[in-house]
Amino acid sequence: MDTCWQCGSSSGDSLFCKLCNALQRPTPDYYRFFGIPKRLSLDAKELQRRFYELSRILHPDRFLQRAPTEQRYSLEATSILNDGYRVLRDPVLRAEYVLKEAGFEVAGQRSRDVPPELLEEVFELNMALEELRAGDQEARSQLEEARAKFIKLRDEMDRDLQALFEKYDASGDRAVLGEIRNLLDRRKYIQNLVVEVDKETGV
Amino acid sequence: MGATFQIDFGHKKAARVVGIDLGTTNSLVAYMDVSSPRVIPGEDGAKLVPSVVTYTEGGEIVVGHAAREYLLTQPHRTVYSVKRLMGRGIADVQEELKWFPFQIAEGSESVIRLQLGERTFTPPEISAFILRQLKKNAELHLGEEVKQAVITVPAYFNDAQRQATKDAGRIAGLEVMRLVNEPTAAALAYGLDKRKEGIVAVYDLGGGTFDISILKLHEGIFEVLATNGDTHLGGDDIDNLLLRIALEDVASEWGVDVSSDHEAVQRLRRAVIQAKEELSFVPFTHIEVQYRGRRYQRRIDRELFEKLIAPVVERTLGPCRNCMIDAGVKPEQIDEVVLVGGSTRIPMVRAAVEKLFRTRPHTELNPDEVVALGAAVQGAILSGDIEDKLLLDVTPLSLGIETMGGVVSKLIHRNSTIPASAAETFTTAVDGQRNVLIHVVQGERELARDCRSLARFDLKDIEPMPAGMARIEVRFLIDANGILNVTARDLRTGKEQSVEVKPSYGLTDEQVEAMIRESIELAEADFRERQVREARVEADAILAAVEKAKQNEAWLELSDAEREAVDEAVNKLLLAYHCDDHLLIRAQIDALNQATLKLAETMMDTAVRAALKGTKI
Repeated sequence: MDTCWQCGSSSGDSLFCKLCNALQRPTPDYYRFFGIPKRLSLDAKELQRRFYELSRILHPDRFLQRAPTEQRYSLEATSILNDGYRVLRDPVLRAEYVLKEAGFEVAGQRSRDVPPELLEEVFELNMALEELRAGDQEARSQLEEARAKFIKLRDEMDRDLQALFEKYDASGDRAVLGEIRNLLDRRKYIQNLVVEVDKETGV
Repeated sequence: MGATFQIDFGHKKAARVVGIDLGTTNSLVAYMDVSSPRVIPGEDGAKLVPSVVTYTEGGEIVVGHAAREYLLTQPHRTVYSVKRLMGRGIADVQEELKWFPFQIAEGSESVIRLQLGERTFTPPEISAFILRQLKKNAELHLGEEVKQAVITVPAYFNDAQRQATKDAGRIAGLEVMRLVNEPTAAALAYGLDKRKEGIVAVYDLGGGTFDISILKLHEGIFEVLATNGDTHLGGDDIDNLLLRIALEDVASEWGVDVSSDHEAVQRLRRAVIQAKEELSFVPFTHIEVQYRGRRYQRRIDRELFEKLIAPVVERTLGPCRNCMIDAGVKPEQIDEVVLVGGSTRIPMVRAAVEKLFRTRPHTELNPDEVVALGAAVQGAILSGDIEDKLLLDVTPLSLGIETMGGVVSKLIHRNSTIPASAAETFTTAVDGQRNVLIHVVQGERELARDCRSLARFDLKDIEPMPAGMARIEVRFLIDANGILNVTARDLRTGKEQSVEVKPSYGLTDEQVEAMIRESIELAEADFRERQVREARVEADAILAAVEKAKQNEAWLELSDAEREAVDEAVNKLLLAYHCDDHLLIRAQIDALNQATLKLAETMMDTAVRAALKGTKI
């Protein structure tokens, strides 16, 4: 139970002090901040509704005539709101956020460990990329084929991810988070390949 | 309008916050009247204040229309388009410096210093003179002191350019309550009365900058989905294309290269701008200049003009397409298009926008005024007068830090809603290391050297310990103005960690403070005398214009009484001219303006008639 920085009364878990209505220091926890249950699958419409609702009351534009402490908290709160909205509305970022909070290491932007089941395809893809860079235009169609395949794979992974989300939400089983982590690593790898192909083929 | 008997439960009336459009070519100030925003005219009645500043040989600062006259007589002491120099270093602006008549002083690497006579001024100081003039206009009009303002900036302005604008406000004695992106302000002006919902694209082609923003309007929230643009693209570029042709013509016709004769160049520039503006309304016109007994004239039609400017128009379309991709919308999903900036009067620009977005653009509001009007609305939001509207804007450029090998690690991606933040933990690389230097950049490229350097942050006084043991969390926060704030915390002790900021471009706090003091001194120096001189410069301009108009055949079309009225007004102005009373001079200028209305109209009619007939004027 926190106390209000302004009047000293117990402010509880709310954004504003129930007694003096002063804006309180915001919680950095995205789920708590949005006031939604900590679940991996969530209702995008409801999230958006909360985002607009909170923006209306927390935005710094609303606090320019208020005390400096409130102005500071408003800036902090709105940045948590905006960062949180960006993360929670994206299934991959959302899963990474939950993983990090649960103490899992999440691979950085440049995951370079090739998933074993993709070794052969990645090898062929790299060959084709080399050929294209050397000026062989025939490699282009090969790359486009590979790209389509990876996109399909990624879509499948997204479906698997959704299933794992539901499984975790139902069970709260930490082992499922481990599965999600591995799936995300593979997905990130695939995604990087798609980006690389796009860059080389100039899409 | 509104409830008449509204009871105020102890809310103290918040101070007024005016809206200022600090433009490349013209600047405006607006305020929120009872229910709608209004542009505030200056003493001379004009709403647009040309963004031109002269530091005269007499050591005075002259701003606006009067300063524009000095462009011809004292070009070395007169600055225009200073917005192009805001927040930049000398290496960034080599291209525009070729066109400017003024000199750059030594030591302009991180902040450009303009040498005007014996003094140097930075771009924020020059902008501050313009802001001061607008502040004064607003105070005279509203009859109260104006201390707080919203100032607009191009959406695509980077951190340094925004900071420079904020500095300019401070130097001018204004508390800058918010920097608002110009296209967003325009959307606010358009969406004010109407309960609009849907996707809106704002295409803003100003004097020196181009912005495109795509917004979603939803229950009073103006949410920017994405923005894109080019801070080096605008009407100035079109002027320069025409100017280049005129200079070449003159060189071959007169047999002299006048490109380093500043007065000649300024006269030609004025003539090409006039021709450009006319071509938006008539199929052809002439670029015409008289200079030291010589005459240059060239016919230019719309077809040639369009061929010439096609590359400029084309350069705006790429950012538009990228903006749609980033916003995740297709052209057919865009419900409305709003045009902003004088250059959107050009028919070819309108056609290109309509074709790209498949929607006929809105032109109800004056494209020169719409940004200032929107800024005034935002001012009313900030003062609490408007409660049902809210702007949610984005950062135009990604923010990152330089990592090993000069590679950028992105922390906050472009088009993130602001305020936005990111945290990163840093440690030491060697035993006992006391400092960690963080280089922050802005841009989309992978290597730091291809991005815009924002600042170097020095984490100082780290407790000596073995390498890799220190854990300093640095928080990067982009505020609602789009400006970066950095704080650091020692994770082991929880204590705030001191950070020293070395901005790559721009002024330090101490420099800004010093400029505030100097600017006040300059502004108060001989205020009265300056007003008289300004009024005389304007009187000179109008007297010359009337004298020239009398050579026109339209003069003969007037009635005797009308001609007499003009002559009388001229004589009265000449009498007032030598009095030391600027109000009297201005009153006679106004009277002369009134007396010559009919003449101006007749001249315009003759010109249009002649143009339509295809005869030479």
